[in-house]
Amino acid sequence: MIKRLLAGALLLVSALTVRADLVVEITQGVDAPTPVAVVPFGWDGEVLSEDVAKIVSDDLGRSGFFSMMKRESMLSAPRSRDQVFFRDWRISGSDYLVIGRLQPATNGQITATVELYDVLKERQIWVETVNGNSNNLRDVAHYIADQIFQQITGIKGAFSTRIVYVTAEMLGKDKYRYRLQMADSDGARPRTILESKEPILSPTWSKDGSKLAYVSFESTRPSIYVQHLATGQRQRIQSFKGLNGAPAWSPQGDRLALVLSKDGNPEIYILTLATGQLERVTRHYGIDTEPTWAPDGESLLFTSDRGGMPQIYSLHLPTKNLKRITFEGKYNSRGRLTQDGRFLSMVHQDASGFHIAVQDLKTGRLDILTSTGLDESPTIAPNGSIILYATKKGGRGVLAGVSLDGRVRFTMPNTQGDVREPAWSPFLQ
Amino acid sequence: MRVSSAAKAISLALSVVWVVGCSSPSTLTEDGDLSSSANGSATTYGAGSGAGMSGSGSGSGMGGSVDVANLQTVFYFDFDTSSVRNDSIADLEAHAQYLATHPQASVRLEGHADERGTREYNMALGERRAQAVERFLAVNGVNGSQVESISFGEEKPAFMGSGEDSLSQNRRVELKYVAR
Repeated sequence: MIKRLLAGALLLVSALTVRADLVVEITQGVDAPTPVAVVPFGWDGEVLSEDVAKIVSDDLGRSGFFSMMKRESMLSAPRSRDQVFFRDWRISGSDYLVIGRLQPATNGQITATVELYDVLKERQIWVETVNGNSNNLRDVAHYIADQIFQQITGIKGAFSTRIVYVTAEMLGKDKYRYRLQMADSDGARPRTILESKEPILSPTWSKDGSKLAYVSFESTRPSIYVQHLATGQRQRIQSFKGLNGAPAWSPQGDRLALVLSKDGNPEIYILTLATGQLERVTRHYGIDTEPTWAPDGESLLFTSDRGGMPQIYSLHLPTKNLKRITFEGKYNSRGRLTQDGRFLSMVHQDASGFHIAVQDLKTGRLDILTSTGLDESPTIAPNGSIILYATKKGGRGVLAGVSLDGRVRFTMPNTQGDVREPAWSPFLQ
Repeated sequence: MRVSSAAKAISLALSVVWVVGCSSPSTLTEDGDLSSSANGSATTYGAGSGAGMSGSGSGSGMGGSVDVANLQTVFYFDFDTSSVRNDSIADLEAHAQYLATHPQASVRLEGHADERGTREYNMALGERRAQAVERFLAVNGVNGSQVESISFGEEKPAFMGSGEDSLSQNRRVELKYVAR
């Protein structure tokens, strides 16, 4: 049953833009980032709504892998190979050079032709012509950044992906405004997916990126909803007495792991979406929560305090074999795995507070990646390059990012309320 | 002492409950059936018993001297624990006695956690705290159908801020009398 809720407390908006973009501030990059120059792209028409070359340059710079040449330091602005003097770019220290030109095409389309050069070898590495229009130039730019990132690093770029997150504002005593927002991976183009006076949490993407599941308290008790992003249509799928929380989509997309306490205390269940069939997979009087799937869909990792304090366990579903995964420290919770299943990011408590840590499941080694004390909700970019998480800055909830090796860091300061509960999308088609 | 404070509590609470009852979505139909447009969570009591509560005249229960609202309604917890603290016991017992002697009254227990730790784990912790209070009430004679527990985890802090003061104020269960 599709349940459309249009009650006064609640506003479903599919295209309302809230001008509160998150801005990225890089606080630490790699020790020797590769210098790259992205020259402003040629364009002879009226001023465009977006500066494509700047978005490409900002994307690459935010990754921490590169140091981007400032435009005012550029001696020339070549649009094509015959205008490139490699010696100038070599002397100014650039290893790679990106040039391009935008041209009007039929039906109001715009084509972007972009070239990547290895400055030292004076050789073209990549060239591509991309079609777009004046309304999707940011998409064109993120796509170009993805290609360049992959050409230079060998890692698939994730700039074209999206993030969702929750903002919360306290408007007065017992008066709050919660919003579920979706934005580009760089925080631009935020859109409100759901607005409510009651808490929203635990947003999570379906594997194909077309749907979100989340927990909303709008009906006075926590319920799990599934919402289609394209249409805004949604369905309330679980609303038992007690907790209905922590939804996690299976890699195959056909099932949701979730937490219900209808039998007295929090247990992990698997809901088969097509049939509505519910299977309980944990049985313990302790807290079992925060399930996440292994990439093969055969195991669930979850937080449990069955050993006294919260630690992360792995449950192999076919055999029901249970294994404790984390041992370092007295509090490890809310695990998220990289797509290859090798690294587990989590919230880890030590003497100085709650940090984002990553454990190599092959070697067991645990690295604490952050030093701030109220870090939570880690979510990993689909290419495994960056963990986005929620932290506090100046008493306010903000998002921040750290690379899995801890070398790259950035924050996404905001001006309005608290930002929390980020969830990074999969690669989108 | 407890008995008398509870007795004092009773009479004013009656009026509290009645007032709430007026604005509730629960309605009593003419043939005595209780129909509810709410979420249907408290449906275990008979149709007849509701009549006296929400259907009687406006003067009911106004003769007493005390207010249940004078009892503590927010109960605090130590970090990462869900044990009812000693400083909560006296007032919780008073609430329990009131509820036990007034089967038409009901409460909603809202469990909360401070901001430390992960959100869904804190959701479970808030529920555990609400359940601890629910058990305390049950042990003291309150029928389970009079109590509904809900957890807000760390989502609705009483105070913003990360100092120990606001943290300890946020680890709480709020007891609220509700109409049903």
